[in-house]
Amino acid sequence: MGASGTAEPKTTYREAMREAIREALRSDDRVFLMGEDVGRYGGCFGVSFGLLEEFGPERVRDTPLSESAFVGAGIGAALAGMRPIVEIMTVNFSLLALDQILNNAATLLHMSGGQLPVPIVIRMTTGAGRQLAAQHSHSLEGWYAHIPGIRVLAPATIEDARHMLAPALADPDPVLIFEHGSLYGLAGELRPPTRPVDLDHAAIRRPGTDISLITYGGSLPKALAAADELAAEGVDAEVIDLRTLRPLDDAAVAASVARTHRAVLVDEAWRTGSLAAEVSARIAERSFYELDAPVERVCSAEVPIPYARRLEEAALPQSADIVAAAHRAVD
Amino acid sequence: MSLARPARTRQATAAPKPAQKSARSSRAPRAVPPAGRPAARHRADLLEAMLRIRRFEERCVELYSAAKIRGFVHLYIGEEAVAVGVNEVLTPEDAVVSTYREHGHALARGITAEAVMAEMYGKTTGCSGGRGGSMHLFDASRRFYGGSAIVAGGLPLAAGLALAGRMRGQNHVTCCFFGDGAFAEGEFHETANLAALWNLPLLLACENNLYAMGTALAREHAQADLAMRAASYGMPAWAVDGMDAEAVEQAARRAVEGIRAGTGPHFLELRTYRFRAHSMYDPDRYRDKAEVEQWKARDPINRLTDRMREDGQPVDEELEQIERRITEEIDHAVEAAEKAPEEPAENLLRHVTSARQGG
Repeated sequence: MGASGTAEPKTTYREAMREAIREALRSDDRVFLMGEDVGRYGGCFGVSFGLLEEFGPERVRDTPLSESAFVGAGIGAALAGMRPIVEIMTVNFSLLALDQILNNAATLLHMSGGQLPVPIVIRMTTGAGRQLAAQHSHSLEGWYAHIPGIRVLAPATIEDARHMLAPALADPDPVLIFEHGSLYGLAGELRPPTRPVDLDHAAIRRPGTDISLITYGGSLPKALAAADELAAEGVDAEVIDLRTLRPLDDAAVAASVARTHRAVLVDEAWRTGSLAAEVSARIAERSFYELDAPVERVCSAEVPIPYARRLEEAALPQSADIVAAAHRAVD
Repeated sequence: MSLARPARTRQATAAPKPAQKSARSSRAPRAVPPAGRPAARHRADLLEAMLRIRRFEERCVELYSAAKIRGFVHLYIGEEAVAVGVNEVLTPEDAVVSTYREHGHALARGITAEAVMAEMYGKTTGCSGGRGGSMHLFDASRRFYGGSAIVAGGLPLAAGLALAGRMRGQNHVTCCFFGDGAFAEGEFHETANLAALWNLPLLLACENNLYAMGTALAREHAQADLAMRAASYGMPAWAVDGMDAEAVEQAARRAVEGIRAGTGPHFLELRTYRFRAHSMYDPDRYRDKAEVEQWKARDPINRLTDRMREDGQPVDEELEQIERRITEEIDHAVEAAEKAPEEPAENLLRHVTSARQGG
């Protein structure tokens, strides 16, 4: 995420994602993009802008506002040999396609005794922080991470936005990609990956020795800011980006906790039944004797996310909350 | 509750109008047999296909009572003409999406009684490896994309299969079976719109058996003329006597020819009736016994044998041979299922994902 100061061109998370889709459409004629307003409008968040002109309406396919039908159609097309990328405008609308995702995409391989893999990629925007009020501010990726049979990704950097799509399309099973709405404008240099991008491992975004800040997606910038603040106060925090929410990289979490002996989990979802709860349980199961302090969680307040800026800020995890939690664990 | 009227075949207003008159006349239509197959032989084949489903399910009832088969089991008895008639016009390259009442569709599609029975037993040799059971029969090699326990859940999937076929330049048809209950679900209406909008090669085969589980058609649809409503999406749609295999075949042939010619999705309202309860758990208290008897008088198997007799076909000899073959086939299927191995528990996490063990 950091600026390297080299001559590499600046790009944004949005452009990186678009380039990933463009590359996929160019390199594999089984790939097509479909969703609401992905074509003529250019994507609700501008991700697919220009792709209709380049690839035509068959492969950049505008759909009616029928989430269940077009997500299910993507599943059917995947069964018949295509590699669809289905865009759901926002995670809240994905609830209208939950039947297809859970009852078909995630189950067909198993129900059919291994006959029917479903190589579909479903992308959607997630998260709060833009004063969009209660229905457009959900962070439900943790719900999806509950479901066996699917892989759940949360690219939090420009590099992951650019490079996670290709291995997602190569995965023979359904992959859900959650793009936090606040990340699209993230700008920086896109550096080529130093090694093949995999979908199985968490990443250490900032090494440290005193405490592990474990997070993903839209909360990563907040955790990194908190780590900077903690460093100024003499606390050396390690920041772990989970990247893949299912299957979780247990080893990376355990290794970090073994180094720091303290953990703060940062998750924009509601605390109850959250992914943070799951990671916390796994730390308790696997790293209990490594801990020098109770695990801390920084999650959203248990309230429908309100519109008013002051209230919304109060509802969401902020860097100051992460710093405070770290101090509770360290001091 | 008044008696639900037995279906009378009639055409709904739809554009373009079907070219033929379907089964409006009292005289049954003559299905056009596939080239090279004499009409008499063709009828005998239809009869055998229906009887195979009937006898298979009757055996399932016995096995359920004997606790050999468990779970939900939804019987198709009475509706056999629909699966058999529609299947006659599909090629092996076409795709089929079914419902939880799918034994008939699976058998008509050519999945063996042995593979289906083993699945009912939950055995490794079942057509879904024992992981699906009665409601989730699959056979990828026959492009049979199985049963969904979610009412209308297969419809979007079928649209995608149809879309993929077209994008890959194949002239395949996808046939999706669903019931009158599914017609009340949003997924039906979303899919009908999508299929018509994109001109998809999709046959929407609506098995209207007059009940969504225990809720009669008139108690769940403000407008119970389903074909008329389907036509409002801009697709040819008409009602067919679903108790007559030859009428079903003829209608399906016309629809599939239209689909292959590129005129987009077609909707058939196949008016039929299940003679048994909704599932093995259903005490069947919501239907009048007289109504059931009235429909049993239109049994599609008797209907066809009567017509064969009328036309002077030696149906009794034929029936004897068919019954003998089917009994052998089902006996063998049961015997094989009894002997087949169970999936060991250590394989529990197989097939959750393709590449990694577990989910």
